[in-house]
Amino acid sequence: MSSTLDPAAPSVGATARQPLGAARPDYLGTAVKGVLFACAAVSVAATLAIVASLLPPTVSFFRQIPIREFFTGTLWAPGFANASFGVWPIVVGSGMVVVISLSVAIPVGLASAVYLSEYAPPRVRQVIKPLLEVLEGIPTVAIGLFAFLFLRPLAETVLPFLPWQGPFSIGVAAVAVGLLIIPLVASVSDDAMRGVPRSLREGAYALGASKFNVTVRVVLPAAISGIVAAIVLAASRGVGETMVVLLAAGAGRPQLSFDPTKGVQTITAYIAGTATGDIPTGTLTYDTIFAVGALLFAATFVLNMIAVRFVRRYREVYD
Amino acid sequence: MSQPTSVTPRGRGAQLATAGARDATSSIFTPPPHDDRRADAVFRALLYLGLTVALTGLASIIIWALVVGGPRVNLALLTAGPSTIDPGSAGYRTAILGTIYVIGGVVVLILPLGVGSAIYMEEYADRSKWWNRVIDVNIQNLAGVPSIVFGILGLAFIVRGPLSLGFVAAAGSLTLALLVLPTIILSSREAIRAVPPSIRDGSLALGATQWQTIRRQVLPAARPGILTGLILSVARAIGEAAPLLLVGATVFVTFDPRFFSDGYSTLPVMIFNYASRPQEEFRLLAAAGVIVMLGLVLVMNSFAVWLRNRYEQQLSS
Repeated sequence: MSSTLDPAAPSVGATARQPLGAARPDYLGTAVKGVLFACAAVSVAATLAIVASLLPPTVSFFRQIPIREFFTGTLWAPGFANASFGVWPIVVGSGMVVVISLSVAIPVGLASAVYLSEYAPPRVRQVIKPLLEVLEGIPTVAIGLFAFLFLRPLAETVLPFLPWQGPFSIGVAAVAVGLLIIPLVASVSDDAMRGVPRSLREGAYALGASKFNVTVRVVLPAAISGIVAAIVLAASRGVGETMVVLLAAGAGRPQLSFDPTKGVQTITAYIAGTATGDIPTGTLTYDTIFAVGALLFAATFVLNMIAVRFVRRYREVYD
Repeated sequence: MSQPTSVTPRGRGAQLATAGARDATSSIFTPPPHDDRRADAVFRALLYLGLTVALTGLASIIIWALVVGGPRVNLALLTAGPSTIDPGSAGYRTAILGTIYVIGGVVVLILPLGVGSAIYMEEYADRSKWWNRVIDVNIQNLAGVPSIVFGILGLAFIVRGPLSLGFVAAAGSLTLALLVLPTIILSSREAIRAVPPSIRDGSLALGATQWQTIRRQVLPAARPGILTGLILSVARAIGEAAPLLLVGATVFVTFDPRFFSDGYSTLPVMIFNYASRPQEEFRLLAAAGVIVMLGLVLVMNSFAVWLRNRYEQQLSS
């Protein structure tokens, strides 16, 4: 009896509702709950379907190609007469995209976030924050075209002493990817910094610290897990970005190269470039797409789990 | 000095103590004031620089498209069919129709699925049960899966395999719906969570069942937030090209598409198609297509962000 009147019971929604002897069982309610659960289960089914579609062709791929060759080989030439399946060239391509795009997006995105969170007058913030959110929605095809037709020629004009060749450049593509992920870095870091309690800032001001010192020595360290989460999420976006690299870095014959002025193929560009035609199921080419896709899925899965961890940590500390 | 008294516990005495502490510590720890001011100014300048780079970088994409593709924009761009031979008279007619079909399918799929999932997670799910935590983590993870992986899923599961729809618009719809499902679920959840518990308690206290409460109180109150999520998801789906490359949207369609048969293409895929041709005229055509797509997507995003901000202000006031 006393438990039904317990004032400490949660007061949110149905958890607080206790049966007072219902006239008839709520069949509708039970049915609705079942249907809604089924809706929520669809997203789990989607993940399982991704795994289920990647696994069999990947297994079939590794039956034909030794795992050793895949992970240690430095020549990626599937579909050629004497095919070779060393994955390193396209992994290096994706790695370069991540490193270069992050070196653009971290300083620029973080500076924007610090400004918006700590320095901007409320009016300015009210304009710039939504503006960044809207710009975050620019389709990647548009950014890819911009990189291919504008940034690449511009790069050659500005830096004529570099050995540019052909219409593609992975460095230019990566800078464009950096542009693409700036709003992501900015908005997640901004959220993290605004989550830092005012009392921490006020405590530092009370001890005589300047605005600069409060920002750099109090707010940034306090928001570090959220900022790390932003960077990890951005890295995951960079690995998975397809259209920009497909348009601006090329999908031609892959080569192991660390030269950002060259066109280098990435994991995503290989998948998109190869799977565009109608490839018969069960062929080695078809299996290769899935094996490479499994590698991509695994890489982004690990990055996303790390990001979820970091986000949870800062929420736990300050919420 | 500017400390609100509610933070300092004991009024005037504490204020004096704070002032003393500040004087003492500032002389010990901080460098001479003019150095501090210089660091502050440099830092501030760097922040302005970062924000300027971010905004001009993103805005230059729009400006570039307008300058390069602008002269090519006319009514025929929307109504003329595609051509591989004559870029001067080619347009996006079939691609726009394809986008309408594919996106129509996406809306029909994600609205019930997304809102249903969000209601379940916020109103019914018991967080102490492991399967509900699995659903929660899974949605967060699904939101970070690269779009091209959804293309692989579409190729193996929807175009072929269990569903075997073939390379048709319906396959594109299903693939994109799964891709943007996490977006609409996460924003609908936020909208439902923002409805004050007192509204639910009031309804339940008057004898409404839980489902009546959700349908007549919670959902109407959360509607603007859900609409925001829907618009953002649809805008994202409109601009998405990578997964559609794998589920058959690259065909050069010269006839008006249908939903469950025939080939199809969409606006961003068609832009990609034209952009990969070597002739200059086709690239201008691609840039003109970007203007159409950007116009559509940016207007939708602006409306969604405006709607959400207005709604948040209403809730907080």
